[in-house]
Amino acid sequence: MGIGEAFAILISTIFVYNFVLSRFLGLCPYMGVSKDTGSAIGMGMAVIFVMTLASAVTWPVYRFLLAPSTSNLWYQIFGGDPASYDLTRVLRTITFILVIAALVQFVEMFIRTVSPGLYRALGIYIALITTNCAVLGVAVLNVDMFFQDAQPVAASYLKSVLQGFGAGVGFMLAMVLMSAIRERLDLADVPEPLKGVPIAFIVAGLMSMAFLGFAGLI
Amino acid sequence: MNAPASREFTKGFSKSNPVFVLLLGLCPTLAVSVTVHNAVGMALAMTFVLVCSNVIISLARDIIPPKVRIPCFIVVIATFVTIVELVMQAYMPPLYKSLGIFVPLIVVNCIILGRAEAFASKNAVGASLLDGLGMGFGFGWALVLLATVREILGHGTFFGYELVPGFQPALIMILPPGAFLSLGLMLGWINWRRSRRARRRQDTAPPLKLE
Repeated sequence: MGIGEAFAILISTIFVYNFVLSRFLGLCPYMGVSKDTGSAIGMGMAVIFVMTLASAVTWPVYRFLLAPSTSNLWYQIFGGDPASYDLTRVLRTITFILVIAALVQFVEMFIRTVSPGLYRALGIYIALITTNCAVLGVAVLNVDMFFQDAQPVAASYLKSVLQGFGAGVGFMLAMVLMSAIRERLDLADVPEPLKGVPIAFIVAGLMSMAFLGFAGLI
Repeated sequence: MNAPASREFTKGFSKSNPVFVLLLGLCPTLAVSVTVHNAVGMALAMTFVLVCSNVIISLARDIIPPKVRIPCFIVVIATFVTIVELVMQAYMPPLYKSLGIFVPLIVVNCIILGRAEAFASKNAVGASLLDGLGMGFGFGWALVLLATVREILGHGTFFGYELVPGFQPALIMILPPGAFLSLGLMLGWINWRRSRRARRRQDTAPPLKLE
């Protein structure tokens, strides 16, 4: 994988297919935590961290436990026909959500013991991330997009991790922009029925329109 | 028993509608409402998972230890989502393809986990079943309403049938911004109606207080 390809993945996940504004993933925290810039940055950091890690962990799980190949762990143990160990359809969703839930729990415990200061800043956001559909979304998208037979293994893995990181950065970008606008909106003269969430959605619509401008980039 | 049972069923329609009032499950609502056909498919899938997981969790509510209840709920929900995925892949491949990653993402839909935690883990089977059905239909009508608006304005069709010949569709409505804008305006409309109703009730209130 060349540097150009890596750059293309980053640009496409951050701008062109922004997870929030064009793929509609992670809207609950996007609307819930974007009321002030400080918490938007905290949530954004936590999401970048967990998404990169989740991409890095779910890919090997998919490759060595679920996908049919000669490097499948069950084939290594039990032998037989490697094609008969195809668990991707039946177990993908359950495995991914459990791996992500365990990972989030582990990250929370790790940060709490290693750095109490960071935990105080990010702790509540990390707990909220398990039900963030963007994290499961990136794991599923990774195996859908990059897990094909033609792909060399190392390149496919690097692309997945990069897409996880880029998706997190795109989420943080959309979130910080939104929180800056919402801080100003508090002072604006918004019609009574549109106050709060409705106007936030209309602002998100305008932002998403602006992000459509990146569409020709890739 | 009859009156509360019907209330469990109807509360999801308006009073605590998951989309318009509780603001839950927004990701699939926005993403899938491009056509009414997709919206109906998604609503049925959601209702199935919601009803089944509510029933199972309500049956097992005394067995599940409170400390590990969330992982247990997630496993139950993920099982039914996998069933939906497999059935859809086998019998409705075009629908499965156009819903894309939002089928596996039903697992992390906050409506389902929310109902499991707030209702099914505390109530009897019958009530949980009605609650799941009601919430599923409440989610469904919100989704279909949004999809109707977007499909008519963005494609000029309803359920694939052309409505007005020669209508120039507004492409923006089927692109992501159209979803945000129409949901924002719809929430505003609901708020406006609610505040108008509250004001009307206030207007009629004083004579009642006087007596």
